[in-house]
Parts: sequence; C-alpha cells; structure tokens
Amino acid sequence: MGRVVQVKPRTAPVRRPGADVGPRLELAEALLAEREPRPCAALALRWLVRHAGVERGLCVVADPDSGRLTGLSGIGVAASAVEGFSLDLEDTTHPLVVALAGAEPVAFHSSGHALLRPFETPLGAVSFHAVPLSRGSRPGDSGGELGPGLLLLAGSDDGPVHEGVFWAAELLGVRLTSLWYDRVQVDERRHKRERGWLLEIINAVTDPILLTDADGRILIANAGAETLLTADEGNSEGRRRAVALNNMLFSASLFTAAEGNEPTRKELLLVDPTEGQDLLFEVLSSPVKARAGETGAVSVLRDVTDLRRASEQIEENYRKLRAAEVEARAERDRLDLILNSVLDPILVTDPAGNIVLMNPPAERMFTVARGRRNADAERRVRANDAVFTSFVSNVYAGQSLRWRGELSLLDPETGNAVPMEAISGKVVTKHGEDTAIVTILHDLTEAVEKAQLYEQIKRHSEELREKVREATAELADQNELLRRQAFELEQASALKSQFLANVSHELRTPLNAIIGYTHLMLEGVSGELTTGQRDKLNRVDSNARHLLAIINDLLDITRIESGKMPIQVERVLLSELIDEVMAEVEPLIARTKLAVTRALAPHVPEIRTDRQKVKQIVLNLLSNALKFTPQGSVAIAIDADASLEEIAVAVADTGIGISEDNQRTIFEAFGQTDGSYAKRHGGTGLGLSICRRLATILGGRISLQSRPGEGSTFTLYLPRRAR
Amino acid sequence: MSLPPLVLIVDDVDHGREICAEYLEFRGFRVATAVDGQEALDKAFALIPDVILMDLSLPVIDGWEATRRLKKDERTKEIPVIALTAHALASAHDRAMEAGCDSVVTKPCLPRDLEAEVRRQLGAHERES
Repeated sequence: MGRVVQVKPRTAPVRRPGADVGPRLELAEALLAEREPRPCAALALRWLVRHAGVERGLCVVADPDSGRLTGLSGIGVAASAVEGFSLDLEDTTHPLVVALAGAEPVAFHSSGHALLRPFETPLGAVSFHAVPLSRGSRPGDSGGELGPGLLLLAGSDDGPVHEGVFWAAELLGVRLTSLWYDRVQVDERRHKRERGWLLEIINAVTDPILLTDADGRILIANAGAETLLTADEGNSEGRRRAVALNNMLFSASLFTAAEGNEPTRKELLLVDPTEGQDLLFEVLSSPVKARAGETGAVSVLRDVTDLRRASEQIEENYRKLRAAEVEARAERDRLDLILNSVLDPILVTDPAGNIVLMNPPAERMFTVARGRRNADAERRVRANDAVFTSFVSNVYAGQSLRWRGELSLLDPETGNAVPMEAISGKVVTKHGEDTAIVTILHDLTEAVEKAQLYEQIKRHSEELREKVREATAELADQNELLRRQAFELEQASALKSQFLANVSHELRTPLNAIIGYTHLMLEGVSGELTTGQRDKLNRVDSNARHLLAIINDLLDITRIESGKMPIQVERVLLSELIDEVMAEVEPLIARTKLAVTRALAPHVPEIRTDRQKVKQIVLNLLSNALKFTPQGSVAIAIDADASLEEIAVAVADTGIGISEDNQRTIFEAFGQTDGSYAKRHGGTGLGLSICRRLATILGGRISLQSRPGEGSTFTLYLPRRAR
Repeated sequence: MSLPPLVLIVDDVDHGREICAEYLEFRGFRVATAVDGQEALDKAFALIPDVILMDLSLPVIDGWEATRRLKKDERTKEIPVIALTAHALASAHDRAMEAGCDSVVTKPCLPRDLEAEVRRQLGAHERES
C-alpha cells in the first residue's frame, strides 16, 4: 500500500445535472435489484470504472457493531487487501475517519504535505479521493456524524472529481443505508423475540441463573436468582438484609472465580431470604466474552442443600456400616482365635447333622489333610464321622440342652483309639427352635493314662505309707523302750539319790556316837584322861571328822549331779564375803607362818549369785592354798574389769604347785595329786571337784595356772548375774 | 537361886540320848528324855521344859508332827525346839523349820556345839520374854 497525504482537491466538484442520464438510471436500477451490500458496492465500483474514469477503487463501510471501518469491495485491488482493510472509527484524527465525518470528497496525494499524518491504503502509493457515501435517510438515526462509508478512488489523472462519482456515491450510499436499515429492523425484531424466549427459558429453570459483567454487576437474572439476590422497598427488613448478604457472598465468590477462562465450580452458602435457612449452592461460573471485548460470567446456582444432607447421611450410614462390619469382623476374629486356641476339638453342627464349623483340632479328627491321599485315614475319618453323627442326632432327638457322652474315635493318622469325652450344647432360638449344636470333645487318653499313673502312684504311696507306718511303729517301740529306759534311769537316779541320802543318814548316826563319846571323854565327862588317852581319842575324833567330811562332800556331789542342789540368788558384795572367809580361816592362818594378803580392785560391784556356794568355793580354794603352801605367801585378789561381764577371784600361793599331768585331773573326784600329802592335810579329795561343779551351776568357771615347786593360782570367774 | 534349865532330849537311839544327856548334865543342865514323839509330847506337857532337843525320825509320832503339836499348844508353844537330825539334805531342814522348829542341828555334832546352840536358844528365849 502506498503512503499518501491528504490534500485539498484542486477544484471544487462540478455537478452537471442531466448529463449521462442513461448510465445513471442503469446504475440505480442495478443497485435496487441487489439485496446485499457487497454486490451493490462491486456494481457501483464497476460502473465508476466504466463511466467516471476511475482506475482502481475501494468501498469501505463503517460497521457500528464492531466500531471499525472495514473493506466491503474493491476493484483493481487484491481481494486480500479488501478483506484486510480495517480502521478504528474511534481514531478520530485519522484522515479517513475525518473524511467520513464530512460531506465532501477529500483528495490525498502520494507526496507533499508533511503536516498531515501519513497512512497506508490498499490502493498503493497513489493519489486518490476519499468520497463519503450519502447518508440517505432512515428513521431514528441518531448517529449522524459518521457516514455509512467511503469510496476511495484513484484515477488516471489528478483532475477534478468526476460528476459520476458524486452520483454513484449518492446512489450507493442510499442503497447501502436502506439495506442496512432493513437488516437492522429484521435483526431487532428477531432479537426481541429471541430474548423473550431466552428469558422464558431461563425463568423456567428453577436454578438461579445470572449474567454478570466484569465488575460483578448483575446484567441478567432469572426468577430464581431474583428471589435470592434482589429486593425492593416493599420487602421486609429481614429479606433485604438476607439479600444484601447473599449479594456480598455471591460477589466475593464470583471475584475469586473470575480468574482464568475456564468454567469454575464451587460451593456457596447463601441464606434463603424467605425462609431464613441456609442454602448450599453449587455455583458453576463460565466466563463469557460480550461484544466489544467486554467480559463477564454466566453463573448457574444449583441448590445442593438437600443433596449435601443426603450425601452426609449416606456417608454417616456408610461409616456406621463400616464400623459395624469392623466390629463384627473383630468379634469373629476373636471367636476364631478362641476356637483355634482351644486344644480340644470343637464342632458346630446344623440341625441336618452337617458340620458347619470346626477348629483345627477337630479338623485333625474329622478331615483328611488335603493333598494326602490315604485310604486308611479316610476310612478312620468316616468312622469318626459316623460315631459323631450318631451322637449328635441323639442330642437333637433329646430334650436336654446339654449332653455328655463318651465317643470312641480313631486317630486318622495313627489309627490309635482315642477315647473322647463329648459335651454338646444346643443353640436354641428364642422361639425354641434348635439352630445348631456346639460340641466340645476332650481327649481322655491322657486322663486314662493319668488315672493309671495315679493308681500306680497311689500303690507306691500305699507301699510307702505302709513302710513309714512300720518304721513309725518301730520308732514308737524304740521310743517306748527309750522312755522306759529313761524312766528307769530316772528312777535309778532317784533311787541312787535316795540311797545316798539314806547311806548318809545311816552313816551319820554311828558317826555321831563315835564323835559324841570321843568328845564326852575329851571333855572329861568320864573323868580325867592321861596324855596318851587324850592323844588317841584326838586321833579317833580326827578320823571321824574326816569321814564326816567325805560323807558331806559325797552328798554335795550327788545333789549337784542330780540337779537337786538348790540355788539361792541374792545380792553379794564379794569384798564382804572374802572378809568372812578370811575370818573363818583365821585359826588356820595362825597356825602357819604364811603372809596372807588380799587385794581388791577399786570398785568391785555387787553381783547377783548364791552367796553360800561362792563362799564354799572361796573357802575351799583358800584352805587348799594354806594347806599346800609350806612357806611363802597366799594372796587373794578380786579383779573386776568394768568392761567384762565377769568378776575374777584369784587365790595365788607360793606352794608346792601341780604338775601339768595332774592339772588335767585335779578337778576330778579324788583327783588330789598326792594321796599321802592330802591325807596329811585332811582333804577329802572331793573339794575341787565340788568347787568346779558349783562354779558351773552358778554360770562361772575355775581356771588353774601352776608350776610344780613355784605355786598355783586358782581363779574363780563369776558372772555378774548368776544364771 | 533358880533351878538350872530343863532340857527335854527326844531320841529313839540310846547312845544319841545318852551322849546328849550325859554331856548336858555334866555341863549343869537338868535333863529329861523321851524315846518317841508321843512320850516327848507327854513329858513336854507334864514338865514344861525350857528347851527341847528333838530328833526327827521317831517312832509312834515323828519329830515333825510332835513339834507341830507342841507349837500348837498354848502350854508348850513358847518352848524352843532344836531339831537334831542325821538328815543332811536341805529338804529335811526346811521341813523341820516348817514344822515349827526354832533351829536345826545336823548330826553328827560335837557335844560342845550342841550345848552352845542350847544356850543360844535359851538366851534368845529369855530376851524375848
């Protein structure tokens, strides 16, 4: 396309009415014969080439619907150029738009004025005229500023506009306007009709349907939508508020849905303005492109309130069903677990006697393991089945709900007899019909074995008991014997004691006579005695007294050994006791030349013991020390260590001492070391024996340290509390 | 001048009686004797001695019983009774004391010791009365 500039036509157009009337009529008639704009334009252009010196031309028309100036028909130009021509009518400064607004032709030159904006035309870079088509006349035409179109005409010369051009522009303009008007009229009516139908259709749809513009304003709403979204002054306050709320919610929903070009589906909760309850809608919004590039959306609202409720109900029911199923399954699993964990066979049979349920132990008895063809096992299983069926049919026939029986079954694997205890229970419906029998079998083999074992054990036990009984009897005999022996011993002991007591009594009586008469004579009752007589009588007396001492000591030992020595425990102050002993042996000490000393620990505590017995011991020890110490000293000492529970009374002498051998026997009866020496000193030989025994019954002891020729130390240890 | 104390000596054994009687007479006492418990009671009631030497193992009535009776009787209950016995066991002594004897002397005993005991009892009795 050539670049052209607008110029003023060099000459004013000259109209010459009356000239070329023939061709003009021809054009008019041809145009009237055509019903379509495009052939009309082509007709006019061809006429202009023939009659008005036009070489190339283009007819462009203003299309109010699209707001553009578009090519309608061309001559001497490519069809594509005609089609491709398009100019925005809003561009009011464009020379062609300006020309369209005018009534006169405008001349454009391919070069020259720079004041004007250059533009392209399909005519190429040639000079041309833009000739406005006549507006014609049509009722209700409001526009007016813009004509129906332009004829862009390039001739062979740059001369003034041919008169025929005016003529053609007039005729074509009128004709095009008329055609366009007719068409608009027809379209208008059709649109009205169709719009009415559409409204009826959308109103017939109960779902609210809306057309909204890009800003969400409602352009079209059907009755359903109006109920939800429109209200006027006449409506109640509540309804107006509900409607306002719905509008707000709907706009918000629409706004979020507006992005993108795809239809959107979303849920929207609105309020029923009449009833006030919540309504759940599914909103299907489809973006639409209105004319002139406007966008908007068509929304269809589907009330899914009931649907949702129903679907929720269904979901709830389904969930309950699932839960129930899970529970039932768990229950069944538990039952299975219980059944399978029971080691005893359990079988459930229906009233026809068919086994409907078995646990594994039952399967072992009543089925043959799969894949293992074993004729023997099958035979045994059949036998078991027959036995069991017979039992169960008896149960069904019986009145009792529980049955007990013993079945002789066979182990299918081994063929061993298996005695079984069977306990059956009838499962009865509340109508009293038997529905099943549950049978538990219990293998009695073990019980039988146990019974045998028990019998065996019982027998052994009996034997054992018999042996024990015999042994016990023997023991009892022995016990009896022992008891008798003990009794006899006791009696013997008592007899011995009695015997000794009697012996003592019987010995004392003559001894009393001997001693008594001897003393009568020694006292001079029977007259004066000679020295010889006196000496001999003293010997009698001495020996009689020795005999008495022996008798007394023997009596003591007997009493101690028979446990009849009475003990009288009292508080004893040892220092006093020793003073008494010293006083008693004073005559004895006087006869010797010994240095007798006593040494007491600073604080000798009182002790609890038998005063007489302690005195007897100490007296004995001190007498012995005096007797067996020819020269030197005798020391009596009390050592009371506060930390010890014992008090020690030591009697030490510088006497003849005791050999080691004799130290071992000295405390035995008649254990004196040297009989002759003892006799010389008038001992009974029982003293130390008695002392040790007395010390023992007081809870104490006597120890001895001695070296022959150097002396002896006897120590009496006494507990602070006698036992 | 009062009479010497009268000692009733009870003993079934002749030499026992004789030794005591001879020695005590020699020592200046008056002496009466009895050979069994019954005689001892009779003589005690009749003579009311100052002290009684009582053997315990006696015929007819033994010494324990005789002593009990003496100690029950108003006339004789104040008279000291010295038991004189060859029983050396403590039980015999205890029984004697229970029966009412004032002291016990075990035979054999020196006549001298017996006199000492008699005097001791007489002294105690005098002090009491």
